[in-house]
Amino acid sequence: MTSDHSPGAKADRFAGVRYLMPTWSAKLGVGLVLVVLIVAFGLVGPVFAVDPRDSSYKGLQPPSSEHLLGTTKLGYDVFAQLATGTRESLYVGLVGGLVAMFLAIVFGIIAGYFGGWLDDILMLATNIMLVIPGLPLVMVIAAYVQNTEGLGDFARSATLVAMILGVTGWAGSAVVLRAQARSLRTREYVYASRVAGEKGLRIIFVEILPNLVPLIAAQLIFGVMAAVLGEAGLSYLGLGPTNSITLGTMLNDAQTGQAVGSHAWWWFVPPGVMIALLGTGLALVNFAIDEIVNPKLRLAPKAARQQRKAMKAGKGVAGGGAYA
Amino acid sequence: MSAHSLEVRGLVKDFRLRNGLKLSTLRAVNDVSFTLVPGRTLALVGESGSGKSTIARIIAKLEIPTSGEVLLDGETTRFRGDHSAYRRQVQMVFQDPFASLNPFHSIAHHIARPLHIHHPELKPAEVRDRTVALLERVSLGATYLQRRPHELSGGQRQRVAIARALAPGARFIIADEPVSMLDVSIRVGVLNLLAELQRDEGLGVLYITHDLATARHFSDEIMVMYRGDIVERGPADDVILNPQHDYTQRLREAAADPDRLGQLRDEVRAELAKER
Repeated sequence: MTSDHSPGAKADRFAGVRYLMPTWSAKLGVGLVLVVLIVAFGLVGPVFAVDPRDSSYKGLQPPSSEHLLGTTKLGYDVFAQLATGTRESLYVGLVGGLVAMFLAIVFGIIAGYFGGWLDDILMLATNIMLVIPGLPLVMVIAAYVQNTEGLGDFARSATLVAMILGVTGWAGSAVVLRAQARSLRTREYVYASRVAGEKGLRIIFVEILPNLVPLIAAQLIFGVMAAVLGEAGLSYLGLGPTNSITLGTMLNDAQTGQAVGSHAWWWFVPPGVMIALLGTGLALVNFAIDEIVNPKLRLAPKAARQQRKAMKAGKGVAGGGAYA
Repeated sequence: MSAHSLEVRGLVKDFRLRNGLKLSTLRAVNDVSFTLVPGRTLALVGESGSGKSTIARIIAKLEIPTSGEVLLDGETTRFRGDHSAYRRQVQMVFQDPFASLNPFHSIAHHIARPLHIHHPELKPAEVRDRTVALLERVSLGATYLQRRPHELSGGQRQRVAIARALAPGARFIIADEPVSMLDVSIRVGVLNLLAELQRDEGLGVLYITHDLATARHFSDEIMVMYRGDIVERGPADDVILNPQHDYTQRLREAAADPDRLGQLRDEVRAELAKER
């Protein structure tokens, strides 16, 4: 919209977006730094590292200037494998997270907004997905799909594993989104937009969805985290993508190659630490986004800090303070 | 009723309540009929839970009545399907201005959307000009276009909500307690704006409230509603000055009256003194 009428218009153009942004905090900072560094490593690392599939090096070398993180029993360079593994794990996480988010939006928001029998049917499906234990189901599906004839290379690819993880991991997010959509549906501004003449799908996408963006972002990050961890678990069990290198397949190799028994810490510690750091970073960003959805999470600790400060300064705080 | 009226005929609304396995019905609105005509204001007065808002929501087609009908210009209207023609004529102002505007969207969006929906032939520039004109109509200017609801005060928000209701070119406005969430000091301003718009555009207004004083000040006719029934109706002054029904009398006594200032306080003190 052109806005020559209003002098302050330009500065306010992004107000709607700003309203959805997390406020800056140490949590968000540390989380973002971790995630950005790991993503950068996954993107750039493989370019500089040697070929991760080259097994011509001497086996079980400790870290040296030639091999920054040593070599595996079969003579692969661990640094090169870590870089490629991080990239592949992030890919699986992103695809899995997006698939889960898409399904959660379809099931959660549609069930929550339309209600009635549609809600009952969609929630029945969601609840069934919710109570089935996750990893065993993923194992069964993975084993089944991977042995299906006619899929060729796709049968054991990272993309397929990501999709399996996405298809089995959306139920929790769908429940969260449904609850929020149900609550938003009865807000007066949604009724008002109906009275103004807006139609069903436009109400969902233009009036309701923008107010759910922080929640959806949080669920996406949670989905990415779950897919990364799920892939690591599957690969460790030998059900992961066989023709790619991921953090999980590295751990699987380390286990079958008895890395612990031969004290080759450089073989299993780097992928383990990478998974832990990635999980930590994503969780911290997730907490920061949670604070937009639920401002109490931000305001209560702040109030507690202020009360502690006031008490330290010798000012009376009634009843020891409501928060501290 | 013939042309130019919004008529409600024999409106009944039952809500089914479920308490565990027991089902019971609550009759929220019991056989209510009235007619709105352009240029006149009809007040619907009653306490919380008396069914006032249910009537508003039925007329706004947000709720389907158990029986009865809503007639626009003498023709009956449907409760399912497309309401766009109806909504061009009948609009609603909601009670809570803090909840009735979407926090994500700009003020311009709230007013431009109904313009766009009901007048698809308008070019973007025309929509914008009309949006500005509507904002000026409610004593807000073009500077508010890109503001967000949270930057506005309650009174300003309610003005935006009124502009939104006017945007499709409506002839009938349902105002569901439009000032009950506002500070007392700005109520008169919003009510005067509504009265002025009504006079200038010849709107038919259904003014829903629990406040007898503003109902008398603002409307031509008053209906008093009690537990789903309309217990009394008539010209505004008659109902206020000469209430016939018990409930209207109680409602009138409950209203703050400058002549009885301090009386309640004295009664409470006397009670307390007796207890000692």
